[in-house]
Amino acid sequence: MTEAIIFYLFSTVAVVSALMMISVRNPVRAAFYLVLSFFASAIIWLLLQAEFLAIVLVLVYVGAVMVLFLFVVMMLDLNIVEKESGFTRYFPIGIMLAAITFFSIYYVLGQKESGMDVFQSQPLSTAASHVEGYSNTKELGKLLYSEYVYAFEIAAMLLLVAIVAAISLTYRRRPKTRHQNPDLQVSARHEDRIRIVKIPVEERK
Amino acid sequence: MSVTPDLLPATAEIFVLIMTCIILVVDTFTPEKYRASSYILTQGTLLGALLITIGLYTEQSIVTFHNTFILDPLASMLKGIIYIVVFAVLIYSKHFLQQHKMFKGEYFVLMLASVLGMMVMVSAYSFVTLYLGLELLSLSLYAMIAMQDQAKSAPEAAMKYFVLGAMASGLLLYGMSMIYGATGTLHLAEIQTNILDKFETHSLLLSFGLVFIIVAVAFKLGAVPFHMWVPDVYHGAPTAVTIFIGSAPKIAAFAMLFRLLVDGLESLHTSWQDILIILAILSMAVGNIIAIAQTNIKRMLAYSTVAHVGFILLGILSVSQSGYSASMFYTITYTIMAVGGFGMVLLLSHKGFDAERISDFKGLSTRAPWFAVMMMIFMFSMAGVPPFLGFWAKLLVLKAVVVEADMVWLAAIAVFFSIIGIFYYLRIIKFMFFDKAEDSEHLTITQGMAVTMSINGVVVLLLGLYPGILLTYCVQAITHVIQ
Repeated sequence: MTEAIIFYLFSTVAVVSALMMISVRNPVRAAFYLVLSFFASAIIWLLLQAEFLAIVLVLVYVGAVMVLFLFVVMMLDLNIVEKESGFTRYFPIGIMLAAITFFSIYYVLGQKESGMDVFQSQPLSTAASHVEGYSNTKELGKLLYSEYVYAFEIAAMLLLVAIVAAISLTYRRRPKTRHQNPDLQVSARHEDRIRIVKIPVEERK
Repeated sequence: MSVTPDLLPATAEIFVLIMTCIILVVDTFTPEKYRASSYILTQGTLLGALLITIGLYTEQSIVTFHNTFILDPLASMLKGIIYIVVFAVLIYSKHFLQQHKMFKGEYFVLMLASVLGMMVMVSAYSFVTLYLGLELLSLSLYAMIAMQDQAKSAPEAAMKYFVLGAMASGLLLYGMSMIYGATGTLHLAEIQTNILDKFETHSLLLSFGLVFIIVAVAFKLGAVPFHMWVPDVYHGAPTAVTIFIGSAPKIAAFAMLFRLLVDGLESLHTSWQDILIILAILSMAVGNIIAIAQTNIKRMLAYSTVAHVGFILLGILSVSQSGYSASMFYTITYTIMAVGGFGMVLLLSHKGFDAERISDFKGLSTRAPWFAVMMMIFMFSMAGVPPFLGFWAKLLVLKAVVVEADMVWLAAIAVFFSIIGIFYYLRIIKFMFFDKAEDSEHLTITQGMAVTMSINGVVVLLLGLYPGILLTYCVQAITHVIQ
């Protein structure tokens, strides 16, 4: 019972804050709503006794990704974004599509013979009960480096590609940008910097 | 439980991964003058991987990494074709890359990464690896499209591809999670057995997941109605990238389709057969009809891709060994022809001028008669004129549809639309041989390009005369997987 209350409470928080995140106009607020959404999801992880995942979610997403994101937002000073001009135009279509998708999914999965009953095999509390001394982190680590080692390595490669892609797309020496060249800075002489020009004195009329 | 998995079957993947990292480092320390070293290393990597894959070829299916990786004749063969195709793609695009300031180490690193992604997809035996391979491939492609900074169209194309691709990946994951929820496993073979054990074949939950998976795969293949990105991306991307997107990834997408639908969910074939029929008919119709109206050769070839994808689906939906092998044969055939066709566009381009309009092909027979003949071979082959390779591909697919699936009406529709399609292929041939040239600029054709183009054309002709060479391998590969 308590579990159900906690679950519904925090899933509501997660969904509402996710909605707020995409609808508020101030990007800093949007970022904070996202943080809230992550926190709520972390608590749902905890309900499944997946402490490690919950902590990682908070540490990595809230602690690192969102802080970085806030930095960018604040540095670029995009306080309030202009309201998208196409929003009102596309809104009805978007809502319609979402409604159609929702009801067709509801129709399919709401039926008795949909096969959804495979999900209701055990109640939540017994599903994740473990022996004493069980460590979620350790189990996860074992799985990650044994059964899923191949997937883990590919994911690592994916990150490397992401780095290469990001750098190759953004690192461009445009001719107009001003950048420092240490080589030239060091070899600068004062004769090159100051030129004394003699201007003949003119008398004011 | 042994903790260390058997690494030997994945040697080719490991080799490509290590070489990618080496190229990344070597390129950083080589001065601009010796930039070609990265190019040569990349080509060397592809050749090395080809040798390793041939060396590892076995008649059995070897599963390793806890059932997430499979090495079977299908995987070996498709990987081999991927290396060869990418090798040719690099030779064709070298000149273009140098002229457009894209001849950089990052380009080759991304290219090898996408090759690695394709290899992972081809040998995937679990949802996780399939998905990760797809992401590795797509992510590299997005970046490669956007790399050209002069043209405005390239970032736009990359953005379009990225947004739609991310959505397709989301759909794929959603579908996979449904199937996972229903069967409790991510391994393709176990999914197959679990479905047979637990469910009647028409379980709604399974069909629900299946629909999402098919939508995602149809997107990646470019089947109608999920084809919107194909013409825009082919058109907007730099031609050197277009030739890459249009060729090797199609093989990987075929592998993905095959692994998912046949290896994993074949017992649901009554459900996916109908969906594929609709996709195939729409693809052939839209692809062939809209291609007629195109004036840009890249867009035209993009719509022709869509039409060819319809044929690839036809083979799969006949749910039979001969259908699958016909489909595989078609995919490989199409890739060889597409590389040639796009290679021709690269060949006609010169500094500051991309031969993108179809009218740029006018009078090619007087400017470069040999290459006009090569282009004629590609076009005839794509149109499905005997005795070229494309004819056999179409014939085998149609035969499977008629004989195995007993759907004569579907074959008739396919023939009808390919006859419509012949028009726009023949128009290019007419332009090349019967019209006067508009562009009198002398063509600069590098030696490597000329040799590769000639080999490419001759391969299409020779395999057209002796289709059995390639076909036997396709049939063998499929037979091993099915058993």
